[in-house]
This record gives sequence, structure tokens and C-alpha cells, in this order.
Amino acid sequence: MAVLVFAETAKNSFKKTALEAVTYGAKAAASLGTECIALVIGDADNPAQLGAYGASKVLHVGGVAAFDSQVYATAVAEAAKQTGASLVVMSHSSTGKSILGRIGVKLDAGTVPGVNSLPSGSAGSMTFGKPVFSGKAFAQVEVSSPIAVVSVMGNTLPPENTGGDAPVEAVSYTLPAAKIRVKSVERVEGITPLPEAELVVSAGRGVKDPGNWGIIEQLADTLHATTACSRPVADAGWRPHHEHVGQTGVAIRPNLYIAIGISGAIQHLAGVNNSKTIVVINKDPEAPFFKAADYGVVGDLFDVVPKLTEAIQKYQAQH
Amino acid sequence: MKILVCISKVPDTTAKISFTDNNTAFNTSGVQFIMNPYDEWYALVRAVELTEDGKGETTVINVGPAANDAIIRKGLAIGADKAVRVDAEPKSTHQVAEEIANYAKDKGFDLILTGKETIDYNGSELGAMVAEMLDQPYVSYATHMEVEGTTASIKRDIEGGVELLEVDLPAVVSAAKGMAEQRIPNMRGIMMAKRKPLETVPASAGAEHVAVKSYELPAAKGSVNLIDAENMDELVRLLHEEAKVI
Repeated sequence: MAVLVFAETAKNSFKKTALEAVTYGAKAAASLGTECIALVIGDADNPAQLGAYGASKVLHVGGVAAFDSQVYATAVAEAAKQTGASLVVMSHSSTGKSILGRIGVKLDAGTVPGVNSLPSGSAGSMTFGKPVFSGKAFAQVEVSSPIAVVSVMGNTLPPENTGGDAPVEAVSYTLPAAKIRVKSVERVEGITPLPEAELVVSAGRGVKDPGNWGIIEQLADTLHATTACSRPVADAGWRPHHEHVGQTGVAIRPNLYIAIGISGAIQHLAGVNNSKTIVVINKDPEAPFFKAADYGVVGDLFDVVPKLTEAIQKYQAQH
Repeated sequence: MKILVCISKVPDTTAKISFTDNNTAFNTSGVQFIMNPYDEWYALVRAVELTEDGKGETTVINVGPAANDAIIRKGLAIGADKAVRVDAEPKSTHQVAEEIANYAKDKGFDLILTGKETIDYNGSELGAMVAEMLDQPYVSYATHMEVEGTTASIKRDIEGGVELLEVDLPAVVSAAKGMAEQRIPNMRGIMMAKRKPLETVPASAGAEHVAVKSYELPAAKGSVNLIDAENMDELVRLLHEEAKVI
């Protein structure tokens, strides 16, 4: 019995969502009365640091390069068998989602993708909360197999660094040959990807013209926030598709979502309404988004947004 | 080239979500159902593009009751050559994956395509399960795909970037926005769909390990706190002191 957490890396560093997954695993292990063991695949800077987030031990599989779901899922399933894990945890990321189902099949275990609460119950009957219907509702899902495999939604629990290192043990498993050859990876540097962002500044058709996007970017830069947009803006080609948040785009749950010139169609709300705090700026007081907002500003965005940027700069200068 | 496209039936994106039976079942009354947009707009259209004009054959597969035939016919109207419905009430992704894998295992499909996720349960796990059951590679979130011989060249979305890769076929691929442009079925397609084969096969999947115990709707937001457009200092103060997000 143990909780096994696959801690994902990008360019050899642990992602914030990986640290969240380890924190989640450590808390789940405490409630199940067992230990949390982390698994690291491929090159990683200082795997021992996962001890600070609650791992009692780190298993490290070396010699694995680019991501291939068959290779990674085999490594995680082998580590789960080796540690006798009753709960296997990973991030609900593009990597986690590519291997979760495979691991469930390999271990004949129930899977719950995108959990947003710690488990209740014990092995053989563990229940997890998760958003469904694109964030319009929540479900409690029970796993009845001896092993449960889950991926944790970003921003479910903040990573808790309590200091200290964990012992690192090099392990090697018989892994299948990769059938995927990664040719290149292009990353946008210096920007927190939307699914991991804590602060998001998003704009819609109200901005009227892609040439007007400067004021949105200034606000985002000032806040160190990630920019997003509504579907019509992405469809019109004003902004790249990966910035489209909503039911058919990226679903996000940041701490702060500032919606500018977005009316708040139900499909857009579905992707963002689990944000902790929502600020809506719109000149139309009847915009449906105000009903989903914590704070609202009725006014012309071309007037309000620069003033908000200025107010934040003033606040930052004082703090 | 032979392509199998997995299509799912989901509530329309504008559907009002509510629950019945003491919050243990989705209330389908008055709800319009559609083909899952990612399956239709991206996976199915790309499959049709790769197989039309005699270049191959696209089969759509759905796991569900006879009532799903309308959605399956739409898949044929968009351009699939034939369809299969596994006659089972879908209860979990694992069950659906097992039915699809059982059907596909001896049919020699070069590619199995799905949408990146369904818009109801948002699990995004079907493709990985089918791939594991068939011992095939799996590529998720593909935004562009070309096939040359037994190799697919794929562009996929990852957090904050794009990955370019090649994968050996047969493989399972999930499709995201960018893979193809939505196609509206034309009258000729709709007429032809009526004559295309729709085969029904019996259920074969085994036991399940997960079950939804209950649903709940999010707590209603309190009324919005409106801030004067001339007083952005007050908004910043509230975001810092009250919401504690900056």
C-alpha cells in the first residue's frame, strides 16, 4: 500500500502542476495512513527536492528521452506494481491525459480524470470529486477496484514546500521501444501556459480590432498574467487558437479571471466559471457575464482597462 | 487507408444541466443531443479528407442505443462510408473503449481517431484506453496530421507550446481544434447517408471499476459587486484585501 505520484518535468524542471500532484499525493497518503512515493521519468534537475512537497522517496527512471505514452505508461504501471500502490496520481496535463487511461487498463484499475478533491474512503472504495459538463456541474465518482488511478486538475491544491530532501532511488524497468519520434518542441518562452496560470486576462469581440490588443497585453504584463480570448476572437484569427478559453477551447480555473469585452455566452462561461474570482469589464450592463462575476465594471473597455493597469502599477509601487 | 472514427453523443453546448433521481442521474428531459463537437468537427472531417475520392474508407463507430442512429447518420452525411453501432448503454469510458477495441482488433484499421474529449464528462481518456487495449501508440491533442505510407506526421498541442512528431501506424490519435474545418452536411450527403450501411453489433465489454455516485451544481454566485469605472483603485484594493488574488 502506498500512493505513487508521477511528477512530470518540462525541460528537466518540475512543472508547478507536478508539485501540486506531489502535494496532493502526500495529503492523500496521510489520510490513507500510508506513504507518498514520487516517480520521475527521464532527466530531471534535483529529483530529491520532491521530498519538500511530501514524497518520502523518489524513484527515478533514467534513459528515457521524448514522451511516448506506451513507454511512460509502462514505467508508471511497473512502479505502481513495485510499490504496491493503491492510488496512482498524476497531473491532468497533456501528458497525464495521454497515459491515465493506458495505466488504468494495464493495472485493471478504475480511472478518474481531472479530480479536484482529495479521496474519501479507502482502497477498494475511494471516492473523488471532479467537474463534469465542462464545469457546469460536479460529480462524485467511486472507484471499486483495489487500485485507483487519477489525474489532478491544476490549481486544486497549491504546492506546499515544507523543506527537506527525499532519498532518490534509480530504478529500471523493461520498457517497450518508442513508436513515436518527437522531431521538435516549440515552447512560448516566459509565459505561464493557460492551464497552469493563476492570473488570466481575457478579451473578446468588444476589443473590436486585433490592433487594439495592446491595452489587453499591457494589463496582462503588469499583472504577470497570461492572456486568453473568447471563441469569436480566435475564429477570426485575431489571436492564436491555444488562447481560446471556453467549452470548446481550454477549460481553466485560475485564481483571477478578468473578462474584458466578453458578453458571457454559456459556452464561454463553461470553460471559466470555476475560476476563484471573476472580474467582468463590459459597457453593456445587461451582459450575461455580470451574473457569473464577483466584481463588475460597467464602462468602455478602452477607458477602463488603461485605468485598471495604472491602478495596479500604483498598487505595485506601494507594496 | 482504413480509418475508424469514434463518435459520442453529448448534450448540446447550450443545454441547461440538471439532475434527477436525488442527484444521481443527468436529467435528459428537454435536452437536445448532438455529436460531440471534437469528434465531428475535427476527427471525422480529417478522416473523410484523408479517405475521400477513393483514397480509402472511413467507418464511424458509436456505442449506444438505437436512438443514437440519428447522430450516426449525420456522420455518414458528413462523408463516412459506413457505420457501426455497438448496442449497449454507455456507462463508462472504459466500457466504451473495450467495445471499440473488441470491434476494431481484427479489422486492420490504419488509424483510429477520436475527439480530444467529450464535452459532457471531459475525461479525455478514451483514446489512451483503446490504444492500450490494441497495443498501439497514442497521440493526443493533434492539431495537424498528414499520412505518408505507414507514418503519420502530427503537430500536437502541449502546455505552452507545440510538439512535432512522427508515429508508426497503426495508431490512435485524438483530434483538437485546427485538425480540420467543420463541414455542414449538404443535401446530397444527407440523401446518400440513408443508403450507406449501418451495422449493429452486440455488446461484449466486461465489468466496470468506476461509478458516479452523485452530481451537484455549483453554488450560485452572490450578486456581482459593481465598481465605479472611475475608481479602479477600489477594484485593486478589493482584489488584494477581499479576494486575496493579487
